[in-house]
Amino acid sequence: MSRSGRRPPIPVVVVAALTVLFFSLPLVGILQRADWSTVWSDLTTDQAVDAIRLSMICSVSAAALSVVFGTPLAWVLARTAVPGRPLIRGLVLLPMVLPPVIGGVALLAAFSLRSPIGSWLHDAFGIQLTFSTAGAVVAATFVAMPFYVLTVEGALRGVDQRYEEVAASLGADRLTVFRRVTLPLIAPSVAAGAVLAWARALGEFGATITFAGNVEGRTRTLPLAVYLELESDEQAAIALSLVLLVVSLVVLVSLRDRWLVRR
Amino acid sequence: MSLEASFALGLGALALDVDLRCPAGAVTAVLGPNGAGKTTLLRAIAGSVAVDAGHIALDGRTLDAPPGTFVPPEQRRLGIVHQDHLLLPHLSALDNVAFGPRSRGAGAAEARALAAAMLERMGLTALSGAKPRALSGGQAQRIALARALVTEPDALLLDEPLASLDPGTRVEVRRDLRRLLAAVAGPTLLVTHDPVDVLALADHVAVLEGGRITQSGAIASVTAQPRTRYVAELLGTNLIRGDAAGTTITTDAGAQLIAAAHHDGAVFATIAPAAIALHRREPEGSPRNRWRTSVAHIDVLGDRVRVQLGDPLPMVAEVTAPAIAALELREGDAVWVSIKATEVATYPA
Repeated sequence: MSRSGRRPPIPVVVVAALTVLFFSLPLVGILQRADWSTVWSDLTTDQAVDAIRLSMICSVSAAALSVVFGTPLAWVLARTAVPGRPLIRGLVLLPMVLPPVIGGVALLAAFSLRSPIGSWLHDAFGIQLTFSTAGAVVAATFVAMPFYVLTVEGALRGVDQRYEEVAASLGADRLTVFRRVTLPLIAPSVAAGAVLAWARALGEFGATITFAGNVEGRTRTLPLAVYLELESDEQAAIALSLVLLVVSLVVLVSLRDRWLVRR
Repeated sequence: MSLEASFALGLGALALDVDLRCPAGAVTAVLGPNGAGKTTLLRAIAGSVAVDAGHIALDGRTLDAPPGTFVPPEQRRLGIVHQDHLLLPHLSALDNVAFGPRSRGAGAAEARALAAAMLERMGLTALSGAKPRALSGGQAQRIALARALVTEPDALLLDEPLASLDPGTRVEVRRDLRRLLAAVAGPTLLVTHDPVDVLALADHVAVLEGGRITQSGAIASVTAQPRTRYVAELLGTNLIRGDAAGTTITTDAGAQLIAAAHHDGAVFATIAPAAIALHRREPEGSPRNRWRTSVAHIDVLGDRVRVQLGDPLPMVAEVTAPAIAALELREGDAVWVSIKATEVATYPA
């Protein structure tokens, strides 16, 4: 600490340190329990490779879908006086507070083959969401997109709209203004929101297992594989958990503060 | 070709009701205190807000006339410069200037060529590749001006273009602005709270107070006969153009003034009317400027009296009513004038 810097109060530092301990102890515990001689072989089994591959597909797809569908929604929520806006926002953010299992049950009720929409999707396009990778992607998107919408809506509210007015005065129509002015101005938040959504999708368990099921090679993502292996082969479960831990930590640490912390 | 804004607009506590005409090839200044509605007036002309009643027309083209007509901002063909330059932070100076031509249908290469030519004309080529955050206030404001002018707008709107610059830079940018505005064919509307901007840049002035225009006309007529206290205090000043050599200023009519500051070349000098002392006989003492003239006209404005003086240097002096009574001054009387050199403020023209 610099001599001129004001010393933070001791009790605050103590509590903060305890909190850091609370978050780091589970990580230390799992590292300690891991049998490092078998980690590599545990991670290269067919089941493990399938789970890792599926998790990447589902989480990246969910993040991409969040950007594509969440950006227009965030714009509508931030910039228009659409009637019932609080209700719309509540609906969109519901998956953040709902237990994911309940989200899965709700998705099942809406899109299973026995539901009107699910049977229509199946009859018209041959798409079946339950017990398919597409279903796992839908479940992950359902729980992950709210994080993206919330981040980008906040960023849109923070944009100085005079930039957009200036662009309009220079002859840019609304779509050009959005593409060439608004979007570049909120780019850091778009990236941050996409990463948050991706991280949430990567860890998704409840909605996926309820809605898409636990089908190896189709819907069994890393968290599902960990849950299953815990019953039979603890070391395999720990190895898979390590993958999730390392990937998530690397991404979160490499994100600079300015992406996640609103100035 | 002119800009006409005759409309009413209510926005929160502000009730704007104006009738403004800006002729082509001239600069019309809108001067007013904060909260008078200056920026709202500009935003209405720009199309950022719609008016409640009346109309806005440019060059015979109706831009806004409720309930039927509202031309969206991107089709109004205006050039706007704001107080804080509002250059798009993610684009280089060149791409900021190219933004207008690009948005109006030019190809990327063509837009950049137009922008480069504009920067060249304004002597700003060296800044082409710089991002806005790397520019100084004066540089950014010049780029913003280039961005507005490159689209060859039908009218130019300047919203306090010099207000956020430091005093030294302000003088320089004001001089550039003066040169550039002289070449603009359409009407220019300059919104400001600084009387020096009005005197240095504008041909006409409209004074906006509390959402209404309280006085408008040619600069000389408004400065000579201010009708409200605010106008008198801000604009009721004496503006003299001349050539400076050191501290001596020779006016266009051949009269001489001594100023405190050194300048060389064309200058504006301003003298507050209250800084001018009147005497019956030749005064003695320290004031460097003194001459004999006659009283052309006497205006009573509340407890103050504004005395218009005749040749060789026509100007207005402001004295109190008791003082004028003690001097027993009447129109046509001979009078001695004295002004301290420190009261003669000079600006490079």
